[in-house]
Amino acid sequence: MRQTPRVRWGEFAIESLIRVIGFSTVGFVIIIFLFLLREGLPAFAQIDLDNLFGTRWYPTFDLFGTLPLILGSALITITAIVIALPLGVATAVFIREVAPNWAREILKPMIEVLAGIPSVVLGFFGMTLVAPIVRETFGAPTGLVAFTGALILAYMSLPTIISVAEDALDAVPKLYRDAGLAMGATQWQTIWRVVVPAARSGILTAVMLGMGRAIGETMAVMMVTGNAARMPLGLDALFRPVRTMTATIAAEMGEVAHGSVHYHALFAIGIILFVITFLINLAAASTMFRKRRRGGLR
Amino acid sequence: MDKIKTEHLYFYYGRKQALWDINIAIPERHITALIGPSGCGKSTFLRCLNRMNDTIPRTRAEGKVLLDGQDIYSPDTNVVELRRRVGMVFQRPNPFPASVFDNVAFGPRVLGLYSRAELADVVEESLRSAGLWDEVKDNLGQDALSLSLGQQQRLCIARVVAVKPEVILMDEPCSALDPIATLKIEDLMRALSTEYTIVIVTHNMQQAARASDFTAFMLSDAERTGQLIEFGPTADVFTRPRDKRTEDYITGRFG
Ligand SMILES: Nc1ncnc2c1ncn2[C@@H]1O[C@H](COP(=O)(O)OP(=O)(O)O)[C@@H](O)[C@H]1O
Ligand SMILES: [Mg+2]
Repeated sequence: MRQTPRVRWGEFAIESLIRVIGFSTVGFVIIIFLFLLREGLPAFAQIDLDNLFGTRWYPTFDLFGTLPLILGSALITITAIVIALPLGVATAVFIREVAPNWAREILKPMIEVLAGIPSVVLGFFGMTLVAPIVRETFGAPTGLVAFTGALILAYMSLPTIISVAEDALDAVPKLYRDAGLAMGATQWQTIWRVVVPAARSGILTAVMLGMGRAIGETMAVMMVTGNAARMPLGLDALFRPVRTMTATIAAEMGEVAHGSVHYHALFAIGIILFVITFLINLAAASTMFRKRRRGGLR
Repeated sequence: MDKIKTEHLYFYYGRKQALWDINIAIPERHITALIGPSGCGKSTFLRCLNRMNDTIPRTRAEGKVLLDGQDIYSPDTNVVELRRRVGMVFQRPNPFPASVFDNVAFGPRVLGLYSRAELADVVEESLRSAGLWDEVKDNLGQDALSLSLGQQQRLCIARVVAVKPEVILMDEPCSALDPIATLKIEDLMRALSTEYTIVIVTHNMQQAARASDFTAFMLSDAERTGQLIEFGPTADVFTRPRDKRTEDYITGRFG
């Protein structure tokens, strides 16, 4: 069947356009990364590595220790995941396995709405509502501490964790559930010993994507963590102010002289953040693409 | 001795009627085969016997299913308890994505058995009675899904045996298997029938003739799905069926 040249021409144009758009997306990512490298790499030459990975970040005194910032990000991200993981998995289990249809129909869109709340709003909410509660409950001198940040981040990563975990649960074949039930396992035993372990790799992916989401978050974190660039060590670190990598870049980029050492140092933080996020996403992807879902039983 | 008896059993998927007035008495420690054309309600009937149909929404059973004289559809039945007494092997082998050991240990663990040594005993014993021990004993930690389909199905049987049920239901357990694996399962059923009451659905008439003690023939007609046409010792059903429709079916005239 031959088509008129004109139609084929139109198809060719559309195809090329889509191809160009597709490649340019990848192109932009590369351009951004190259830009980041160009602006950030000089820092590694201009600043002693001892200084750059030192424990003190005081740019005015030429101290560019990124360690407190890296640890600050790590502390609140990990705490956030520790809080969000059980909640997220439990919610996913509830939605997928327990909730009646009508409740599922209501819950799923609500969780999507949750994902769409601007982070400034959450930051505001954290400052005015969560921080005072944290202050009073834990007797801290201020509520703007790492823990408050972790709570907000946990809340922000929940939608990701829930929806990815839910897909993972959904992908568990009914055959496994039937096998569990037919062996005389209760509904809960079937869920916890068969379905959740079978969805393990998907849940792991959910955690990594949630972490990726949390570690890159800026605005809300900046508003609620107090932003003191101190090493978050010691048992009370969770209840003292911290500063994250993202908050540092956002707060200082506006006032820094273009081309100065400080300027390059901020980009260096960007590179470090990029690498960490990239590694987390890579780990998530590799669990996702692993050929067969290896599970396990408890 | 009758292990299971049904009295005027009717079953409905929503509005769709799927079993019609089934009255049958399944003898203890024998193999009973359910045969009949596809869609005549064999699976539905089998799943009534351990109430697996309960997992499908909007289904309804009427009549009685007596296990040792107790109606399993009475309101005070503990379904979890029932399914421990009446185990099930499915059409497609469905081991959990876990090790061979964990698969067999699943049931005992659910029942609260956690001692490593005792579990190992139960696992070995169950694998032996499923005729799988010699093939897997060197590597109980291997992924169950790496076994052949026939081995997977025997693993599923071992998994059921590990809970020490009284009845084992099998829904076309050989339909995904090759002839040699099929014969192994049939031998296994024979061996198990000294201890267990076995009910097997099969669409393979040679299998029913070879491997069962009793045969039930089911059929649907235009108005009523899932009627029990004939039930008796396998030799009788196959050599001198009482009903014309049974004869037509086993001689291959329809279905
Ligand atoms: N989940 C279901 N929902 C509605 N109808 C069903 C369902 N399962 C089976 N049926 C119907 O019930 C009848 C009996 O099915 P089934 O017991 O699977 O037959 P068999 O195992 O003999 O092939 C068929 O008409 C089938 O369409
Ligand atoms: Mg069937």
